[in-house]
Amino acid sequence: MSVADLPNARPPGDLPVLAPGHGPASITDKISSVVFGRMPIWFYVAMAIAFGGAMVLLASLTKLVFTGIGIWGNNQPVGWGFDIINFVWWIGIGHAGTLISAILLLLRQEWRTSINRFAEAMTLFAVACALIYPLFHTGRPWLAAYWLLPYPNTMGMWPNFRSPLIWDVFAVSTYASVSALFWYIGLIPDLAVMRDKAKKLWQRKTYGLFSMGWRNSARHWHNYESAYLLLAGLSTPLVLSVHSVVSFDFASGQIPGWHATIFPPYFVAGAVFAGFAMVLTLAIPLRRAFGLEDFITTKHLDNMGRVMLVTGLIVGYGYVMELFTAWYSGNLYEMYMVKNRLFGPYSWIYYLLIVCNILAIQPLWLQRFRRSVVSLWVISMFVNFGMWFERFVIIPMSLHRDFLPSSWDMYNPTRWDFATFFGSIGLFLALMFLFVRVLPAIAMFEMKTLTPDAKIKEGAH
Amino acid sequence: MAQIFPRSANALARGSLVVGLFLVVAAGAALYGFARSGYVTRQGLVLEQPVPFSHDHHVAQIGIDCRYCHTAVETSSAAGIPPTSTCMNCHNQIWANAPMLEPVRASFRDGQPLRWNRVHDLPDFVYFNHSIHVAKGVACVTCHGPVDKMPLMYQAASLQMEWCLACHRDPVANLRPREEVTNVAWQPPADLAALQRELAREYNVQSKLSCSSCHR
Repeated sequence: MSVADLPNARPPGDLPVLAPGHGPASITDKISSVVFGRMPIWFYVAMAIAFGGAMVLLASLTKLVFTGIGIWGNNQPVGWGFDIINFVWWIGIGHAGTLISAILLLLRQEWRTSINRFAEAMTLFAVACALIYPLFHTGRPWLAAYWLLPYPNTMGMWPNFRSPLIWDVFAVSTYASVSALFWYIGLIPDLAVMRDKAKKLWQRKTYGLFSMGWRNSARHWHNYESAYLLLAGLSTPLVLSVHSVVSFDFASGQIPGWHATIFPPYFVAGAVFAGFAMVLTLAIPLRRAFGLEDFITTKHLDNMGRVMLVTGLIVGYGYVMELFTAWYSGNLYEMYMVKNRLFGPYSWIYYLLIVCNILAIQPLWLQRFRRSVVSLWVISMFVNFGMWFERFVIIPMSLHRDFLPSSWDMYNPTRWDFATFFGSIGLFLALMFLFVRVLPAIAMFEMKTLTPDAKIKEGAH
Repeated sequence: MAQIFPRSANALARGSLVVGLFLVVAAGAALYGFARSGYVTRQGLVLEQPVPFSHDHHVAQIGIDCRYCHTAVETSSAAGIPPTSTCMNCHNQIWANAPMLEPVRASFRDGQPLRWNRVHDLPDFVYFNHSIHVAKGVACVTCHGPVDKMPLMYQAASLQMEWCLACHRDPVANLRPREEVTNVAWQPPADLAALQRELAREYNVQSKLSCSSCHR
């Protein structure tokens, strides 16, 4: 029997955010069994592959440090290549976590509950992957401390505070720290549950240490709710600010294709778009592998599909406006930028972008496609690729043909560019696997608020 | 179920917050101090030299001008270390048989220059030029300290970039008349600030802060 045919009080056609028949005990058992149970063999194989990817990242970064960024395809005029594409791509992916955890919390969207924990973990790991790139893009990461951070160094020098690059450092580091704090605070009640469920002493001690003496008292809950709400309020502007600031890195430059006022909203929409695509990419296999379909229901997939469609359409509007603005400006260089995108040497990437980010999401208008895991997963993969192509279109394609034809050049990524990129995906997946192995991937205590018992009490007040 | 943590865990948890914060602040302060200490900058460090040459004796007691030995200071980027023959101008007559000066005489006999150890050693990516500083009225002692009171030479300033920039941001406060640049006993007039403003105008002293002023 599928969840949709069960009797319930919802309007017809609406799906439950928690499958019927669950109480507090079954929720805890089901979710914590992922951590305390034995992992299937495929988990170790997948973890080994992901960890191998992380080692590829380590090797390519080691090579980079010993040789210099000459091993990458960056050149003049394309000074920003895979490194910055991947940075923006990863940062964008992180956005879904913050949106789900903060904005959807404030908007009281209860369907966020089962996906917020691992979406936030995904945010953290994506930001970690993103941070690798600007750091190693400097070529000398050990000097990046004073290139990136303002501190009283012996040179008496400060970074240029008028540069968006330094704003970026602050935006991303604030984002990383607030996301980490938000995630950790949200974990504390569940860590206490894990402490109490664990059988081995060292597990109880470890979970106990990180649960900070949580005893489930009313005062604890009161403090917890206040802290969580405050952090949600703090994170909310970050959803908008981080990618706006990232877009300033480009928008404040003069290169045609970068110098556009539409960039901040267009980047933020793109980030949420990319983030939801990655959440779907991970959630669909996760719920299947660990039998979590009762918690991450078709309702969640449907809603995420809707968010992807809306943000995708905003991004599509951005593409159209880029073309329109170039034409409407009457500016020779802006016009050429568009011509180069449509008919230049990299135009195939532009068309791939249109296919992945605009055409591929159109089936999401239909409920049938939003409620089918296969079509959603395939579409989300299209979007993952599409958003990467978008950054390729924006960054190297704008740089490689600027104002002066004499400075034009082609950009050819090297195998080290690809190794670093795939390596960071390996690191990301390895961190996700570790997370699923040691922490409850779904917020158990929040799921309990969705049970019928919790509802009745709330209504009886 | 038995408690997994003893009662003292509460105190430990609170204490570790305080200690952790203290350690972070202390580590920051320690790094701040260490990066500016003589261990890193060699400020105040007396280096072993082939002959224990005393600026105190030659400058303060005898009154030899800086430029008698450092001849290129007004025309070149390097002030110049004197050739042995400059020493021998006097020391073929005075202290001509002093055992302390044997390395000087040996150098003169064999034509092998004395190998002094460089006290003021700027990194190779800094293109410091003595002549422009002297021409703009920056005295020797402004950077090299009270050389006339140094029996053995040492580095008086940190020579760190923040030290360079402190003057480059406001060079006027370190000016004196050009003809007094090598005068170690110069007494500033009462209206020093007015004089320095006047000199800055006259010498066209600029605050040079672009990277390529020093790093080419």
